[in-house]
Amino acid sequence: MALIVDFFLQGVQMMLVVAIAPAVLGLTRKVKARLLRRIGPPVLQPYRDLWKLMHKEAVLAHNASWIYRTAPYLIFAATWVAAALVPSYAAGLLFSWSADLIAIVALLGTARFALALAGMDVGTAFGGIGSSREMMIASLAEPAMLLIVFTVALVAGTTQLSAVATLFSTGSAGLRVSLGLGLFAFLLVAIAENARIPIDNPATHLELTMVHEAMVLEYSGRHLAMIEAASAVKLVLYFSLIACLFAPLGIAGPGAAASDYALGIAAYLGKLFVLALLLPIAETGVAKMRVFRYPLFVGSAFAAAALAVFLLFVSKGF
Amino acid sequence: MSKLWFDVAHLLAGGMLVLSFALLYQDRIAAVINVFALQAVALSLSVAWQALVQGAPHLMVTAAIALIVKGFVIPTALHHIIRRMQIHREVEEVIGSGLTMLTGLGLVALSILLVQPVGEVSIYVREDLAFALAVILLGLLMMITRRNAVTQVVGFMSLENGLVLAATGAKGMPLVVEISVAFSILIAFIVFGIFVFRIRERFDTVDVRALDRFRGERRDVS
Repeated sequence: MALIVDFFLQGVQMMLVVAIAPAVLGLTRKVKARLLRRIGPPVLQPYRDLWKLMHKEAVLAHNASWIYRTAPYLIFAATWVAAALVPSYAAGLLFSWSADLIAIVALLGTARFALALAGMDVGTAFGGIGSSREMMIASLAEPAMLLIVFTVALVAGTTQLSAVATLFSTGSAGLRVSLGLGLFAFLLVAIAENARIPIDNPATHLELTMVHEAMVLEYSGRHLAMIEAASAVKLVLYFSLIACLFAPLGIAGPGAAASDYALGIAAYLGKLFVLALLLPIAETGVAKMRVFRYPLFVGSAFAAAALAVFLLFVSKGF
Repeated sequence: MSKLWFDVAHLLAGGMLVLSFALLYQDRIAAVINVFALQAVALSLSVAWQALVQGAPHLMVTAAIALIVKGFVIPTALHHIIRRMQIHREVEEVIGSGLTMLTGLGLVALSILLVQPVGEVSIYVREDLAFALAVILLGLLMMITRRNAVTQVVGFMSLENGLVLAATGAKGMPLVVEISVAFSILIAFIVFGIFVFRIRERFDTVDVRALDRFRGERRDVS
């Protein structure tokens, strides 16, 4: 019986991240449109888009190989597994032993690898440009992300997310400048990884500076639906990581009562709502960067994360 | 000494170090001066916190001097200078911003490694020394990598912020020393100001590369 309940709770988490991902994306688009004094599509529009794409014919290029056809499913699966592992409303779920920060970084790296391969598969110039730029950003963002992981691991003594969330929610980690720097670096990495505005513009096609859209330009039908859903889930994944690592309030501990779980879900949805409001506000305030400025932007995330690790060494000793 | 006291000191000193990096990162002169003012405010908060922790009221005077002189007077004067020289809109070309940041990170690592073997003092003092040394080295780095005389002055002042941070960490710096240091900084600032204006008068620029030709170090100044 206990096992069934555990399975159920883990299943709720897995379904929750996928179910609300398009709504979160729709909310960011709506807020952004309102900030630009437009009406904007309804919040539920991404669901309708996905439904439409699912029922459309998938058009393939003549020289598309099996990589091109399987990549969307692989990308979606890897992103979904990563998102399902991040503790959203409860720590200590059934599979929480596998929810390791380094494993999540590796899963996202796999998804990115598949996407870059798919971008180059058909052999159009746009896909190649997109893949090379994506890899350039990744080569800068991933070291920064790993340094953030080290920062958190040095403070908490573990890289396991649910243990970290449980520890941080008690407040025993104290007031630490390293965690602040880690949050700053993480926000920059999240913006770069989710192709948001200073790095990439998610709202346009056929712009010479685009990165993510350039890779998926050839996709259509159910393949495109998978990729769009994966990018929505990825956004939710990064929001969940911010909520879990830097604001773990209201997360239900292991063996909590049903009311705690309900509270956890409400807190999680509230956190997602706030983050989905803040992201478009930040995006509206800045202009898109030139491609040659990316290394400086993501490099400052690396510098901040490295500084966070150094500061921890000062206070802890070797 | 309770944990919270230690954490707040850590936060303030760490904030100063972060602001040192922000100084290296900025390439607009007005923004550099603003960040410097912010660093001085962080310094005065840090010193005031030390005064509370150590129960040393004379450190409050140090904090007040840092806040008034370096937080308000010097930045205002620098803003005045750059406005009079019409360089307040200029973007300074910094030599390889990414490389400078990496060098800065290396310097921070170096200062931590240097302070680590100090050993049998409290972790509190050791950490303070490490932060102070890092701020001093980053100020030196800024003086080396900048070409504009005004930003070099800011680098020097930021170096001096590090010195004050180091001095307050070590217990029992006499007030006389502190006041004389503050006055020598003010006098140094006045000398710098006159000097900057003289450079400007003679070379029509505050880019110190113009001085190289006169020292016979480079002939191909375009």
